[in-house]
Amino acid sequence: MRRADCLELIYPEIEDKLVVTIMGACAQELYDLGHRENFFYLQHAMGLASSIGLGLANHLPHEKVIVLDGDGSALMNLGTFTTLARYRPRNFLHIIFDNGSLLSTGGFESHTTSGVTDLAAIARGAGIEHAVAVDSPMAFGEAFVEAMERDDLGVIVARVDAVGPDNYGMDFALPENAFRFKRCVQERRAATGWTPPTHPGHASSA
Amino acid sequence: MTVSYENSKAVFDGIRAAGIRSISALPETWLGLLLQRAEDDPEVDLIQVAKEEEAVGIAAGAYFAGEPHVLLMQNHGFFAAMNGIISLAQLYSVPLCMLIAVRGHWGEPYPWHTRGGIVTEGLLQALNIPYHHARDPALVAKEIAEAYTLSQSSLSPVALLLTRDLMEE
Repeated sequence: MRRADCLELIYPEIEDKLVVTIMGACAQELYDLGHRENFFYLQHAMGLASSIGLGLANHLPHEKVIVLDGDGSALMNLGTFTTLARYRPRNFLHIIFDNGSLLSTGGFESHTTSGVTDLAAIARGAGIEHAVAVDSPMAFGEAFVEAMERDDLGVIVARVDAVGPDNYGMDFALPENAFRFKRCVQERRAATGWTPPTHPGHASSA
Repeated sequence: MTVSYENSKAVFDGIRAAGIRSISALPETWLGLLLQRAEDDPEVDLIQVAKEEEAVGIAAGAYFAGEPHVLLMQNHGFFAAMNGIISLAQLYSVPLCMLIAVRGHWGEPYPWHTRGGIVTEGLLQALNIPYHHARDPALVAKEIAEAYTLSQSSLSPVALLLTRDLMEE
């Protein structure tokens, strides 16, 4: 199973959701399916995509937040499973593409590669009730649909091949992605009747 | 020496007076009474993290959501959060208002805090993070508001250092 195929499968469902993706191959494959202003690409700071997702989900209960993570990134922030379990944002779906490889940084094998380390079991052990591992497109699709219908925190660990795109590149700078993502999030929040706070530095008279 | 109840209240009241109700934190001795207040306040949304770098991500998410947010940590937690501060906050121009308990500095009796206390300011300077020492409970609310304002206007991490003078009695 290829990550790109998984992303293509769920793209129609996630294109209007708040999506935070990790760096490298995963980010590029999502971008290549079609960028949306509600996508944020964390091209560094490995491990923090799920933490950004928690900060979003916590304050935006009307949104469904999807985090696209990887085994290498998740292994750098295992504590995030415990924090997510404790606060249990019900509008948060954490998808981890486990290719057993640090693909975007040289292709070295990660700790999950031999099957010794089980990320779904770690998530369950951290206290996340709905954490499943899948290794076929059919099982991934079913797990995704179930997670989207369920009003609860979910983790899907999808075992995928260690392959990525041939070319890398996006047509915006990293801060531009952050600015546009924030604007998009706030416009969506405003549409629900919420008004963003005015900070001194953002006042029109400043 | 014990943690100051009154001054912990002054810091918490300062956070609330700055319009902030979203807090991420890793508990430590000097922050204990402060975090207890946060937990007891039904209007405050407190997330305790397992490691401080998580709080940088949570703060970024809150910022994108438009929710004023403050991070509470010890200086050693600031060290643990450093890649997130550099490679998320600074790289993407995401503001962080960090309240950092500075252990291991002037008057520190515990040897284990001292190495971190000695290097804290140098690391803040190396990262170009503006910082200010909060020592006076009468001023701390203003200092929190100023730290938050600068973080938002500069789209950068800003550190208000909570000192022994402020946090102990």
